[in-house]
Amino acid sequence: MDGYIIATVIKAVLVLSIIAALAGFGTYLERKVLAFMQRRLGPMHVGPYGLLQLAADGIKLFTKEDFIPSGANRLIFMIAPMITAATAFIALAAVPLLPEFKLFGVTVKPIISDLDIGILFVLGMMAAGLYGPLLAGMAQNNKWGLLGAARTAAVFLSYEVVTGLSILAPIMIVGSLSLIDFNNYQAGGMGEWLIWKQPLAFVLFLIAGFAETNRTPFDLIENESEIIAGYATEYSGMRWGMFFIGEYANMITIGFLASLVFLGGFNDWGFLPGGLAIILKVSFFFFFMLWVRASWPHIRPDQLMWLCWKVLMPLAVINVTITGFVMMV
Amino acid sequence: MSLEQFKNRNVGTQNYTMLDLGERPKTGWDRFKQVARRSVKLELFTGLKVTFREMIKALFMGEMHTIKYPFEKLPISPRYRAIHEMKRLLESGHYRCIGCGLCEKICIADCIRMDTRYDENQRKEVSEYTINFGRCIFCGYCAEVCPELAIVHGGRYENASEQRASFALFEDMLTPLDQLNQQQEFPGFGAVSPDADKKIKKTPLAY
Repeated sequence: MDGYIIATVIKAVLVLSIIAALAGFGTYLERKVLAFMQRRLGPMHVGPYGLLQLAADGIKLFTKEDFIPSGANRLIFMIAPMITAATAFIALAAVPLLPEFKLFGVTVKPIISDLDIGILFVLGMMAAGLYGPLLAGMAQNNKWGLLGAARTAAVFLSYEVVTGLSILAPIMIVGSLSLIDFNNYQAGGMGEWLIWKQPLAFVLFLIAGFAETNRTPFDLIENESEIIAGYATEYSGMRWGMFFIGEYANMITIGFLASLVFLGGFNDWGFLPGGLAIILKVSFFFFFMLWVRASWPHIRPDQLMWLCWKVLMPLAVINVTITGFVMMV
Repeated sequence: MSLEQFKNRNVGTQNYTMLDLGERPKTGWDRFKQVARRSVKLELFTGLKVTFREMIKALFMGEMHTIKYPFEKLPISPRYRAIHEMKRLLESGHYRCIGCGLCEKICIADCIRMDTRYDENQRKEVSEYTINFGRCIFCGYCAEVCPELAIVHGGRYENASEQRASFALFEDMLTPLDQLNQQQEFPGFGAVSPDADKKIKKTPLAY
């Protein structure tokens, strides 16, 4: 029992530090990829190829004044970024990150806790993360923040329905909520991947995932051209940084979810070992999010709600119904 | 254009070419068909293709647009009018300026000051020559009026400095003696144009 607790603590610390570092590295990748797609160089001067830009940004964020505007609700204003960052990392607790491997003769399961309701827990935690922007926008006594919070609520109600309904059909097929079971269901190679059985659910889940992580076609809760920075308008320094660590951690989580549920997870993929396969898949999803940001314009809040309620939700319901009929027959 | 047309000031109403944008959907069913058509045609992926192509071009085909400015510079036109240069004679290395004072006289910003005296050979010699770059408007009259092509506009456009005087003295603007072999016949502003001989006309003397 003691060994289990110690192993869990070690895993939790490792996941927290590695994913937080990767989230920081993600900002560098984002700037580089966006720059290349616009035929620029991106950060170049701090360190080789601008790699130490990360450290420079980190130092800047840590040493900046922690500013709390007058008239703001101090307690909620200070708590809100922690909600975003914490829930993003808590969500990763139920995600199997790599296949099992042996280290010094001990079998290591790279999942902090193999919950029976894994995917429900992850989606629930990511949904709870939306309290961060919501509370931050309402606590900061700023009209742009308030608009951001209002948009958060509206957007949240719209896409969360789609996320749930789109993931429902794969859950029906697999018959379990545990992400490990999802992975094992697709163990038979590329032909067994759920994307072939549920292409529509994959597309819907990906669209909802973009909304869930506030990525570009749907980044309207911090849309600079309309509402300054939305919920993050009054934030500075490390509190602002925590919002963004949370956002990038969420991107990584969505990448893991999409590859685990639809793209065969960490099973061996041809000659690629499973660990490498899932890292490649998650990297692809991360790159895809940056790619989309470089390519597509973002849409208005009413368009997002129109899309979610009038297009995606009916499609998801139809998808679930058809899946049910096919399974019964 | 007739007078009638000329007097019509309703500018927005004529001479516009309307783009053929197709029919706008009128009924709900039409709108639905439009959405379905656009989704199935996967128009969004065209955008992705364009950005990816640009990235490949930038990374592997050398079409990056960035100039790392302080280390790399874009070439500027030879006719650009930046900080002045004083040229030397190619053979003797003596400065070309003959101290005629035309540049001082024509300078509309009144920023050139020169002082001359006779040297031991009874030739005119420039003893003082300064340009106040706080006043200079870089109009180029001095280079145009100079009969000897002694003062020209160079390409040195980075004139931020701790002191304006860093640029302004005759010795600073003069071509250094050890770089004399690199001094080329000046093609830029104030130089004689390549087809100058063709442009020469006989002065009519008879009235």
